[in-house]
Amino acid sequence: MPELRDLYQELVLDHGKRPRNRRIPPDANRRADGFNPLCGDRISVFVALRNDVVVDIGFQGSGCAISTASASLMTESLKGKTVAEADALFGKFHALVAGGEGPASPSPELGKLGVFAGVREFPMRVKCATLPWHTLRSALHGDGRAAPSD
Amino acid sequence: MSAADESLATRKAPFDVARIREDFPILKRLVHGKPLVYLDNSASTQKPQAVIDAMARFYADGYSNVHRGVYLLSEEATRSFEEARDKVRAFLGARETREIVFVRGTTEAINLVAHTWGRRHVGEGDEVLVSGLEHHSNIVPWQLLCEEKGGRLRVLPIDDRGELMLDRLDELLTPRTRILAVAHISNALGTVNPIRRIVEAAHRRGVKVLVDGAQAVAHHAVDVRDLGCDFYAFSGHKVYGPTGVGVLYGRAELLEAMPPYQGGGDMIRSVSFEKTTFGEIPHKFEAGTPDIGGAVVLGRAIDYVTAIGLEAIAAHETDLLARATEAIRDLPGVRLIGTAREKASVLSFVIQGIHAHDIGTVLDADGIAVRAGHLCAQPVMERFGIPATVRASFGMYNTREEIEAFARAVRKVLEMFR
Repeated sequence: MPELRDLYQELVLDHGKRPRNRRIPPDANRRADGFNPLCGDRISVFVALRNDVVVDIGFQGSGCAISTASASLMTESLKGKTVAEADALFGKFHALVAGGEGPASPSPELGKLGVFAGVREFPMRVKCATLPWHTLRSALHGDGRAAPSD
Repeated sequence: MSAADESLATRKAPFDVARIREDFPILKRLVHGKPLVYLDNSASTQKPQAVIDAMARFYADGYSNVHRGVYLLSEEATRSFEEARDKVRAFLGARETREIVFVRGTTEAINLVAHTWGRRHVGEGDEVLVSGLEHHSNIVPWQLLCEEKGGRLRVLPIDDRGELMLDRLDELLTPRTRILAVAHISNALGTVNPIRRIVEAAHRRGVKVLVDGAQAVAHHAVDVRDLGCDFYAFSGHKVYGPTGVGVLYGRAELLEAMPPYQGGGDMIRSVSFEKTTFGEIPHKFEAGTPDIGGAVVLGRAIDYVTAIGLEAIAAHETDLLARATEAIRDLPGVRLIGTAREKASVLSFVIQGIHAHDIGTVLDADGIAVRAGHLCAQPVMERFGIPATVRASFGMYNTREEIEAFARAVRKVLEMFR
């Protein structure tokens, strides 16, 4: 059976309790709101985008430990990245948490985000981890609204 | 008489939870390697072997369509179906069997009333009164009706304990109020509402009352004539019966005056292309082939519950609720949601700084099934300023040991997230 500690690793618990970048960047020019109708969690992601580069990023809202930690670590991972790099990172992150059965081997580009490898063993919690990312994608590309599709 | 029937017939008080557990095969299974502790009985209840067997037996022995054939099997199936209706009548204390309409569940029962009685009696500027503790299924059908007809949905608020603010009732029952729709027991808070008193106040103003009994029938004896309500709805699966079947009780004179719900077979007297005349109640509301097996087996579930006795079940669940409340109420950060003086079988709570879903996941790892989320009662969540709660809800087969396991797991959550 999946172990709780694989899901709630120390880094996840830490970022869940003390999320980084839970703020609105003063020069933010992109925003999207994400909503998980299953649990009622809401998150807003704010991005300061200059010349296709994420120069600053923050979020607002509160959710479970998984979604809060995911938002926190996402914002840490994205500063200085181009939109294309952010998209590619989401692809790798998505494959990690929603990739299906068996232990995952996080790709090295994921860095700290590899801590979410345990999520795939808890299918009911995949949406918690991906909600901030879907919201980010909507902020970068979309209409400012996001709903997780997985 | 089958073995299960005999064990029912010979079952005697006092309430024996160990023996009841023997009747529920699912309670033997392991979840994540731990014994299942099923504390989500407000969402749905597990099924005793007698119910599971009755389903198989009906399809193996007694099945055909109803109200149609002249052959023996159809006559038998029709009799079983109508006997089940009479069991429901007795279970609810209704006067007449024709006051019992089989539907898919509580949700459909409420929609039926909103579509038929509601469309005829709620017009522009009229009001529908619901309460602040309703499940979405007793809000949305009325909202749709009011949108269509230009009516107005009004809300009887709840206080900090989760009790209805009955001192506001008289002012909210205005000359425009047509119907009051209220839960017997709140699914999110466990509040038991004083239905008789509410009905008296409404009837004094000529307002009809629909009671959502989804959470009540498995926990309390219900007598619709004593309550005085005009409509009462419940679902089979919440009273140890099958999914897909539920009941609308309506007073005969109201049902008779209501237009049909859906058109089709089984609900007509005669059909021509010029004019159709509709059948008698309750068949007028049962277009198409109903869930025959579901209804028959619901009758069996009612037999099972009745044999154990709702008073004994209520006493057992009250003990479990008191113990569970005692075990977690003083833990650091725990806040109980819903502390009504009259409560039944539901313990909702939040823990400061820990999300309901994380609590649910940690409990699940110990085999403990609870609900975590908005419980299909978002207005209740908003009232208490929370996005979600954890809800443990109890059934007749839960034990004091399970309550202890639940409390241990909640303490584990505190250790893990602090």
